[in-house]
Amino acid sequence: MATSELTLPRGSAARARRKRKWPIHLGLILFGIVLLYPLLWLLASSFKPTAEIFTQPGLLPTTVRAQNYPDGWDALRHPFSRYLMNSAIVVMGAVIGNLVACSLAAYAFARLEFPGKKIWFAVMLGTIMLPIHVIIVPQYILFSQLDWINTFYPLIVPKFLATDAFFIFLMVQFIRALPGELDDAARIDGCGHFGIFTRVILPLSVPALATTAIFTFIWTWNDFFSQLIFLTSPDLYTVPVALRTFVDATSATPWGPLFAMSIVALGPIFGFFLAGQRYLVQGIATTGIK
Amino acid sequence: MSATDAAERSATGPATTPEPATSAGTPRRRRGRVAEDRRAAWLFLLPWFLGLAFITVGPILGSLYLSFTDYSLLTAPEWTGLDNYRRMLGDPRFFTSLRVTFTYVFVSVPLQLAFALLLAIVLNRGVRGLPIYRSIYYLPSLLGSSVAIAILWRRVFGAEGLVNAVLALVGIQGPGWVSHPDWALSSLIVLNVWTFGSPMVIFLAGLRQIPGMYYEAAQVDGASTWQQFRRITLPLLTPIIFFNLVLQLINAFQSFTQAFIVSGGTGGPADSTLFYTLYLYQRGFGAFDMGYASALAWVLLMIVAALTAINFLASKYWVFYGDE
Repeated sequence: MATSELTLPRGSAARARRKRKWPIHLGLILFGIVLLYPLLWLLASSFKPTAEIFTQPGLLPTTVRAQNYPDGWDALRHPFSRYLMNSAIVVMGAVIGNLVACSLAAYAFARLEFPGKKIWFAVMLGTIMLPIHVIIVPQYILFSQLDWINTFYPLIVPKFLATDAFFIFLMVQFIRALPGELDDAARIDGCGHFGIFTRVILPLSVPALATTAIFTFIWTWNDFFSQLIFLTSPDLYTVPVALRTFVDATSATPWGPLFAMSIVALGPIFGFFLAGQRYLVQGIATTGIK
Repeated sequence: MSATDAAERSATGPATTPEPATSAGTPRRRRGRVAEDRRAAWLFLLPWFLGLAFITVGPILGSLYLSFTDYSLLTAPEWTGLDNYRRMLGDPRFFTSLRVTFTYVFVSVPLQLAFALLLAIVLNRGVRGLPIYRSIYYLPSLLGSSVAIAILWRRVFGAEGLVNAVLALVGIQGPGWVSHPDWALSSLIVLNVWTFGSPMVIFLAGLRQIPGMYYEAAQVDGASTWQQFRRITLPLLTPIIFFNLVLQLINAFQSFTQAFIVSGGTGGPADSTLFYTLYLYQRGFGAFDMGYASALAWVLLMIVAALTAINFLASKYWVFYGDE
């Protein structure tokens, strides 16, 4: 940005230059439309009769069929609200777990001195790159011995144990940037570490906490692999697992209702995207998370 | 973001705040502070340590052990030494899954990063409405791994899907992408390229940190736009390119949902979308062949670790850090 502002000529030259930019804008807009077209098509198709989805590549349906939504809602064993509720429980548990556990660990790494700190920090960073597939089999065995298969515990409890190290790293970066004088002032006022953490650090870390909450929400809402493995009872299916059974349920897939429920499934992510854009962009720009 | 700016400012951290050395009691007080810090640290880290032990390191060692056993969950694991690893060498589906995964990773990641870099550079040239474009292009990254999008892809790339309808407009009769062994993987590659938004945002952040005076000086010397890109932008961006490369390679190796949904869990047609993780899932949770699945997992870990290590070693030759 800075580069082009510095070299931007003033007055009529600037206008001429802006005029020359319209092909770039046209290109960027067309490219954006191509990118989003599948999503728009999904939305449009959710209002089309299934037969028309096959024959009409265009967006506008000739007949609007809102009935896809109630049909899809009741197509599986439970109404779709059940799966939304299950997903909501898992997601809320994961968000609270990550906020509590990751911020605690981050405070220690950012503010406290203890033996082996550098090594533990390196270990923490290393776990970020670990593929979940490497640990899923023993985790499954562990959770099945605890009788936790077909409960939400395997999806929530690890978050309370700060296993999403990404967010520890994100918060460490953030907390390190807060001036240490604030801690000292709080200490003089008689605060211990817990007091400094809850009264000084946490209130100032709201942007980092928001980023963590939003990304945890989106990742957990989207997560399919671990939910597929740990939830096998239809009563406990979350939205992604339910959608998957929808596809496999019959040989002739009712695409209209299925697309309607896909829109329902993407809705919350889209909402969080609109609400939290600023944090999302900052979050990936600083740490490179998705 | 202010966090990174400020991180440089206060890199020394709070521990170095000078304490007024007034009385002889100070050293003892400081020692008390260190002990207090230490106690607090273990407490604050307790959840993380528990997670590390029980959810991460324990299971890693567990899967190493299981990889030397035959285990179906029903009876106790039976030690079979290197049998699982030997079995891999004679397992054609293991090699198929490796080939599919490597093809997927090494085609889609460079394409994805090329798109990300290209768009970041265009957006960085001072076009108005950058936040809007950035958000629009970023959106697919958030949705890309969801089941709903994978379902959409299965339909869009179907024989009578959207892609072929568009191709028909220009007179091309497209194949049934997801049902044809030669083409099924390409639909998944397109899906991964579609999610170029998150590396693009990182590129944008990196481009913003290149000082404008470099370009001014180059313009005074009469350098062309291409020369400026080649001599200034690209070298200064290599650390970000490297970062994105490592990250996206690791991500792509772990892809699962897309292939699982598009192929209905089979990795078909004719194993053409049998991602490594999908094969691991089939062995472990389809066939309850837990020992073999663990061995597969360890090979995956080795591959990802080796690839990351190679990346770091190779980075010496092409990544340019300004302070060298």
